[in-house]
Order: sequence, then structure tokens, then C-alpha cells
Amino acid sequence: MNIKRWLFTTNHKDIGTLYLILSGTMFFIGGMLAMLIRLELFHPGLQYFQPNTYNQMITIHGLLMIFGAIMPAFVGLANWMIPLMIGAPDMALPRLNNWSFWILPFAFSILLSTFFMAGEAPNFGWTMYAPLSTQFGPPSTDFLIVAIHLLGISSIMGAINIIATILNLRTPGMTLMKMPLFVWSWLITAFLLILAMPILAGVVTMMLFDRHFGTSFFTAAGGGDPVMFQHLFWFFGHPEVYIMILPGFGIISEIIPTFSRKKLFGYTFMVIAIASIAFLSFIVWAHHMFTTGINVYAQIVFMYTTMLIAVPTGIKVFNWVATMFRGSMTFETPMLFALAFVCLFTIGGFSGLMLAIVPADYQYQDTYFVVAHFHYVLVTGALFTIIAGVYYWLPKWTGHYYNETLGQWHFWLTAIAVNLTFFPMHFLGLAGMPRRIPDYALQFTAFNEIATIGAFILGAAQLIFLYNIIMTIRGGKHASAKVWESSHGLEWTVPSPAPHHTFQT
Amino acid sequence: MTNWNINLTQGVTPVSHDIYDLHMTIFWICVAIAIIVFGVMFYAIIHHRKSKGAKSAHFHENLWVELTWSIIPFIILTLMAIPATKVLLHMRNTEHSDLTVKITGFQWKWQYEYLDNGIKFFSNNNTPFDQIYNKSPKTADYLRVVDKPLVLPIHKKIRFLVTSNDAIHSWWVPDLGTKQDAIPGYINETWTRINKPGTYHGQCAELCGMNHAYMPIVVIAMAEKDYEAWVIQQKTGIIPSTPAVAPVKTTAPTAAPPAPAQKMTKEQLMPLGEKTFNGICAVCHQQTGEGMPPTYPALKGSKIATGQLPQHINRVLFGKMGTAMQSFKDQLSDEELAAVITYERNAWGNNTGDVVQPDDIKAAKAKGPLPE
Ligand SMILES: [Cu+2]
Repeated sequence: MNIKRWLFTTNHKDIGTLYLILSGTMFFIGGMLAMLIRLELFHPGLQYFQPNTYNQMITIHGLLMIFGAIMPAFVGLANWMIPLMIGAPDMALPRLNNWSFWILPFAFSILLSTFFMAGEAPNFGWTMYAPLSTQFGPPSTDFLIVAIHLLGISSIMGAINIIATILNLRTPGMTLMKMPLFVWSWLITAFLLILAMPILAGVVTMMLFDRHFGTSFFTAAGGGDPVMFQHLFWFFGHPEVYIMILPGFGIISEIIPTFSRKKLFGYTFMVIAIASIAFLSFIVWAHHMFTTGINVYAQIVFMYTTMLIAVPTGIKVFNWVATMFRGSMTFETPMLFALAFVCLFTIGGFSGLMLAIVPADYQYQDTYFVVAHFHYVLVTGALFTIIAGVYYWLPKWTGHYYNETLGQWHFWLTAIAVNLTFFPMHFLGLAGMPRRIPDYALQFTAFNEIATIGAFILGAAQLIFLYNIIMTIRGGKHASAKVWESSHGLEWTVPSPAPHHTFQT
Repeated sequence: MTNWNINLTQGVTPVSHDIYDLHMTIFWICVAIAIIVFGVMFYAIIHHRKSKGAKSAHFHENLWVELTWSIIPFIILTLMAIPATKVLLHMRNTEHSDLTVKITGFQWKWQYEYLDNGIKFFSNNNTPFDQIYNKSPKTADYLRVVDKPLVLPIHKKIRFLVTSNDAIHSWWVPDLGTKQDAIPGYINETWTRINKPGTYHGQCAELCGMNHAYMPIVVIAMAEKDYEAWVIQQKTGIIPSTPAVAPVKTTAPTAAPPAPAQKMTKEQLMPLGEKTFNGICAVCHQQTGEGMPPTYPALKGSKIATGQLPQHINRVLFGKMGTAMQSFKDQLSDEELAAVITYERNAWGNNTGDVVQPDDIKAAKAKGPLPE
């Protein structure tokens, strides 16, 4: 294999593959950290790790899963599928595309190398709240800041590229309202990235200045405010949440019609719903900060805007169910993950609605109820859509069907384990267990044991996924161009595997 | 004795009851929506499958259906928002309080200051290291005990002023329905009114550094006359006759009677120093004195602990700005300070042979902080 081909490639399929490989690698490293975290929490008392090490693990786990696993996976899928779906020969800016990707391995090397520095890795949580990160953070915090800048540059360039591709390279006749929903969801996500990532870059730069250059943006003694950090961080952070789920909505809107053998219900409303969610995502950020002492009328406004998100999200769920209704369904692995997504993401939506109720949030905030909520949204939400998408498009990429039996095993083990892991966390939070603690009172033992057992099954099940992918790349039943009985769209008109160059003019 | 508690506490305050009611209302609304949506979905999964010969229908849009399922959720949400807003306005209203307690978060302990009567003390985690490190069996109150709990009267509106000395903490007692972030440099207000005497547990809810898990909160709520007796006892050291509730054990320097100045021997100082060090200092500097550099420096063989004595006393008494090293001059008694410094200068092979007397501490306090 020629290393230079991968280093200098400007081909959207190659770069898509690179993104997916990086994402898979980060997913397994982040997953390993998750299992070490669960190992420590199996029993009360300090078993394997010092509290400081534990705090480092939760910090890096969060950063890796968000920036390393979920986001690059969606960008990888976008690279592979958007040109195929809109009939474009490649991305609009192929060299930029190469650079967007190749920044990432360096960024994550820097991030992971912090474990080996004096003072060890950042230990203040992925949210990096000041003054814990500014005044009390280890020296490696500066490397984290550099890594985040690199990730931000990569994301913004990737987003520009996706917008340029979608707006300029659609095949004649494909108007905006004829685009596949995956393309729509990514167009909107790309705008979110361009609007949100610079805020993150700004806030980590302010951190850097507070740490080394004598400013006090986040220190009261110098006229600053620690809560200002949270406002800025969540002004980025909440759109970021939707950056991690909107492309998933797009994937599900492709898969459910295919395996229901029925056209997607309410296309126009689905597009409007994604756009409304994206808009609302910029005016709800303070719901992460209800207990910081912000003004009561601000709390009320943010409670209302947050609750409002349930309306477009509800439309999406109702429309997916309406698509299935009176369809002719089959249950291949991508469909199973899509159906599990609809159920379990909705549960994450419900807990999100509960968290929006400010008085109740005073009890939920910073507990395992929140941990349960965002893992339902990000694991059974975002991650399930990625897994569904990989199974769905793998025959198109490799020219082979994956092993369906292994796929089913992977699904059922994952679906059971994920609930075993995260459902008890609702109970733990309601019973009073705060998040981000390596040790807990005895009353929380039972559900922590269950969660840990679930996490290990969940981790092991992903090895089946990895094995299945590798075996599919190597061989397997040959796939036709159409791959699925009822697939629709331009990507299913090119042969499987998709040739290196498609739709050339 | 396994605990399978799965729901939020109803708590012992009007606010915690209101929160519980809101929590259950929104929960049952979610359950109802779930039954309808998942019901339809599973109906389709069971009946509209290809293996059963289902042929797919051709409908793919219907404006009225879509408007309906946009508007109905909106109406449900509006109905939910009304009681939530009412409760919120009530719980944020701190006016007309009977008593004010200032709560300050420290890495990693709480300080309580009763602004109406001048009582002020620290509340430390009281679970021994041996239990945390699994060297001795964990008692039922593992991570649920402090050396000195917060004592409050029932049926009084108590205003809390919450702030922090270092990182952000969050003071949370579920049974009180009270959670308030402690922001360094700012003061947040909240309040409670406890209906029932009892002991209520909580802990720090916001990641505040290494020992975030070890900041338990214990609140003892008692009838007003018992509370008054407790106040008198705190201020005078005298226990009024026939207290209804056993007096809280007090070791705080503010309550201790002034000890006559006397020379202590090294044999007296070292055990007291070790106890104080392991209870207060070891959370950062570790029982081995090796610390966790660079954030928490080692004391074993360190410049401060083996160098000039006045510098060492100065650091312990007045702390170091911009670091986690706090000022301990008001947290510990002169005897404890003398003992802990003596211990630090002679433990772990530091063998300086120095012995510090309570009088040395008094003198250093009187002189004030040394120039940097
Ligand atoms: Cu704390």
C-alpha cells in the first residue's frame, strides 16, 4: 500500500475512509477509557485509580468521543455520501478537504500525549470550566487549547467545503427541495459549525490569556466572571449538541424509507424541523446553567425556548413513525439500529424535556440523570445513527454485503447492553448521585454494579462490529448497484463498490 | 440492605414538594406520549412487515396531520410551563427571611457562617482514609459524615448566601430541594424552610477538582428551642440543661476554651500533628507527603518543609495566592497548627528536629504575613 496515496489524496472517497478510520480508532480509545471509568465505579471506595487520574479519564473520554469519534464519523459519511447523493464528481475544495483531515491526527496526538506530561492530562471535565481549568489546571491544559484550535480549524474548513459542494455541485435538476435529507441535514449542520466553532476558539483563547498573560476574563478579582466562561462555552456547546445529532437525523431519514419500502412522510416538514432545531439551538444555551444564579427571568425565557425544541423534534419522530406505518418492513441490521434509535433517542428527548423544567432541574443538574440523558442522546442517538449508516452504506463502499448474522448479534447485544449501562443512571441521579465522582455513598452501589456490567458487554459487542467490517472489506456476498430492494437515490445508481471516480463530467 | 431507590426524594421543604410534583407531572406526560408513539410504532412493526405480506401504501404527506402533531405538543408544553414558572418564581424569592447562613465552598470542605449570631465553622469529610482505600470495612454512613454538620431550625425561612473560595462548587441537599452553585467572587442567594426535624445528606455537585467526591454535606434540622440551645452552646461552650437533641460534638477552635499557654513536647505534638495532617492536609499533599506535583507539591524533602521555619509557618498560616494552598490560621487551633508544622518538619525523613510551640504560632499571627 502506498502511504503517499493516503497522505496526498484529494479524493472524497479516500478522505471519507480516512475520517471513518480515525473515528473508529478514537471510538475504541474513548471506549477503553469509558470501561476504566466504569471499572472504578463498580464498587464504592477507590479501587484502581486516584481521583486525579479519574478526572483525567472522564475529561479525555468526553473530548475524544465528541471531537474524535462522533464528529469525524459524520464528516467521513458526508465525504463519502454527499457527492454520490448529489451526483458531484468530488467535493468542491479537494485540497482543503485533504488538509481538514490531516490536521486531525496531529490534534489527537497532542491531546493524548497530555497523559504523559508532567502534571498529567487535563482533569477538569470536557466542559473546561474556569477557574478550575485556568487557575487550577495542569500545565498540559495549554496543549489541550492548541489541540482544540486545530480541531476547530479542521471543522470549519470541512464545513465550508460541505456547503460549497452542496450549493454548487448538485446535478442539474436537483433543486434544494429535492435533495436527500442526509444532504439537507449536513447543509444545516455545516452552518452550525461555522457559527459555533469560532466561539469555542475564542473561549479557549481567553483561557490561555487568563492562564499566562495576566488577563482576568474569568476571575472576579480582576473584574471578570467565571460564569461568563459558561455562557461562552455553552453558546458553542449547545449548537455542538445538534451538530452531533442532525446528520444522524438525516441518516435515519434515508434508512427508514428504504426498509419500510415507502416514501419518507412529510419531507418538507422534516426540512423545516431540522432548520428550526438549528435556529433554536442558538437560544437555549443557558439551560446548562440554571443553578449558576442567573436571573430568574432569564431562566424562564431559556426554559421556554428549550421546551420549544420538543416541537420540531416531535415532528421528526412522528414522521418517521408515519413512514413506517402501512409500509412493508424488513429488519436488516441498519433498520434495527434505526428503529432502536427512534425509541431510545426519544427517551433521551423525554429526559431532556424534564431537564428543561427549571425547578426540577435544580434537582437534576450535575447528577447522573444528566449523564443518562446525554448518553441516550449521544450513544443511542448519534452513535446508533452512525452504526446504522455504516451498515447501510458498507456494501456500496466495499462491494460486499456484511455478515447479517453477525450484524444481528451486534445489534441485540448492543441494544440490551446500552440500556443496562445507561438506564440505571437515571435512577442514580434521581436518588442523589452527582456526576464526575470516582467514589460514592453505599446507597448507590447496586445500580453502579449493573451499569458497569452493561458497559463491559457494550464494549465487547463493538468488537463484533469491528470484525464484521474487516471481514466485509476482505470479501463476502457481492452487492449489486442498488444493494437494497427498495433503495432510492443517485448513490444507488453507481456500481458497488463505488469506483474511485464517479459522476465525472 | 441493597438500595433500589429509583425516584427523586419528595424532601422536607415546600419547594422540594413542589419540585417533586412537577417532576412527576412531566414524567407522566412523557409516559403518555411514549405509549402513544411507541404503540403506533410497534403496531406497524408487528403488522406492516413484508414477511406478513404487507404491501406498502403510497401516502407521504398530509398538511393537516402534520399541523396537528405540531400544535398538540405545543399546547401540552404551554400547560406544563405555567406551573413550572409559578414554582420557579416562588423558589427564587429570598425576601423576608428569618435567618441567614453564608456557605463558602473550599477545596474540599464547606464553611458555614451564621450571619445573625457570628457562629462560623468548617465542615470536613469525616470518612477515614482507611475506608476510602478499602483497608477497613465501609460503615453504612460511608461518605455521608462530616465532623461538624450545619444545624438549622425548622419552620424558619433560612436564606443561604453561597460563594466559593477557589473553584466552582455546588451546595446540594436533595431533601431540601436546594442546589446552588458557589461561584468564587460572587454571592448567590437561595433559601429553604424545613418542615421536619431530622438529618439530611447531600454533597458538592459541581466538579471542583481532585476531591470533589469527598465534600459531603450534613444538615441537622431541629425544633427552634433546641436550635437556640445549640447556638448558646456554640457561643459559650456551655451546654444548657436538658437539651432535646444530643449536642453536636465540637472541635472547632472558635468554641474551644482558651488553653493556657504551655510548652508541648515533641511526643505530644507529633501524634496531634499526624492526626491533623491526615485529616486536613493529606487530601492534597497525600499521607506519604509526596503530594501530586506540580499542582499539589510534595512536602517530603521540600524547600518549605525542610528550609527556614518562619517561611514554613507563614505558608501554613497565610496560604499562597493563586494556588490551592489556603490560609489555615482560622481553620485550625494554635496547638493544631504547631503540631502539624512540627509533624511536617519531622515526618517522611524530613528530620529537621524542629519543634514548634503554640506560642510561636501566636507570635507569627501577630506579626502578620511575611513579604513574598
Ligand atoms: Cu466542591
